[in-house]
Amino acid sequence: GPLSQRPLMEVRLGELHTWLSTCNFSPQRLLGAVQKAWSSYCAKYMHVRRGGPAGISMLLAGYCLLSYGWNYQHLKRHRWRKYH
Amino acid sequence: MLSRLVLRAAPAALRALPPPVAVGVLHTTRPLHTTQQSLAPVPPLPEKGGEVRHGLIPEEFFQFLYPKTGVTGPYMLGTGLLLYLLSKEIYVINHETAAAACILAVIVYGIKKFGADVAAFADKLNEEKVATALAMKNEAIQTLQTAIEEEKKEQWRAEGRNYLFDAKRNNIAMLLETNYRERLLMVYNEVKKRLDYQVAMQNLKRQKEQDYMIQWVEKNVVQSITPQQQKESIAKCILDLKALSKSAHAAV
Repeated sequence: GPLSQRPLMEVRLGELHTWLSTCNFSPQRLLGAVQKAWSSYCAKYMHVRRGGPAGISMLLAGYCLLSYGWNYQHLKRHRWRKYH
Repeated sequence: MLSRLVLRAAPAALRALPPPVAVGVLHTTRPLHTTQQSLAPVPPLPEKGGEVRHGLIPEEFFQFLYPKTGVTGPYMLGTGLLLYLLSKEIYVINHETAAAACILAVIVYGIKKFGADVAAFADKLNEEKVATALAMKNEAIQTLQTAIEEEKKEQWRAEGRNYLFDAKRNNIAMLLETNYRERLLMVYNEVKKRLDYQVAMQNLKRQKEQDYMIQWVEKNVVQSITPQQQKESIAKCILDLKALSKSAHAAV
């Protein structure tokens, strides 16, 4: 279909720029997009009959990565070598 | 009566009111439940969630890389990425790395050993919840079924209403007949009483007249008997008695 109506997953890498320019970034739309993403994640990995550790473990892993990224400037000081 | 006038005037007054406000301002005229979509019945939960490999990476990533790099592609990518991060020290190895390794080891061991049991326990809890809800639903359905049967039975019972009405009509007819006969009897008794009264009055009158006349006649007769006549009659009686005694003597 047309570029502006396609969801993010079906946009090719080269068209990403144009796709970003088409959608309007109002706070309500952003909030709606965040809500939709969260609910689809929940529906896919958490609200199932026989789930596994996958639902929470991915969230925790993402949290670990995010906190590593936030503290990167501080962790950079504990490098073992000066030149890589 | 005035209230009836007010009630009659009310619909006319309501019709005279201005039409409701435009639809956009007030949502009172919005139609409800017109779409096909509805919240019930809720679709059941899917059996298994999205596939995740090693608990961290969704299967879609592996499928995404499969056409170009085959099965080992993502692993090669992971190894290369890891070596790059380590060698450039974008990921710094410090005390936290050791702590993270230990924690991860414990978590993985725990999940591998107790995962199945915890899952079975949680499943059992869910089963109980679902079973209670299902039981309630079945019970509700059962009660409604019995209510339907009862209703049908009542409808069947109502078909016999003709017999009931006939019996009632008979009862009423009997009551009317009884009442009629009672009143007939009462009328007869009353009339008889009045007639008896008339008859008694006549009898009494005649009797009184008779008694009075007899009395009067006796009185007059007694009065008319002069002393002279009395003496004569007594003498006559004595003579008669003597004659009788003589004849009796002779007979004996």
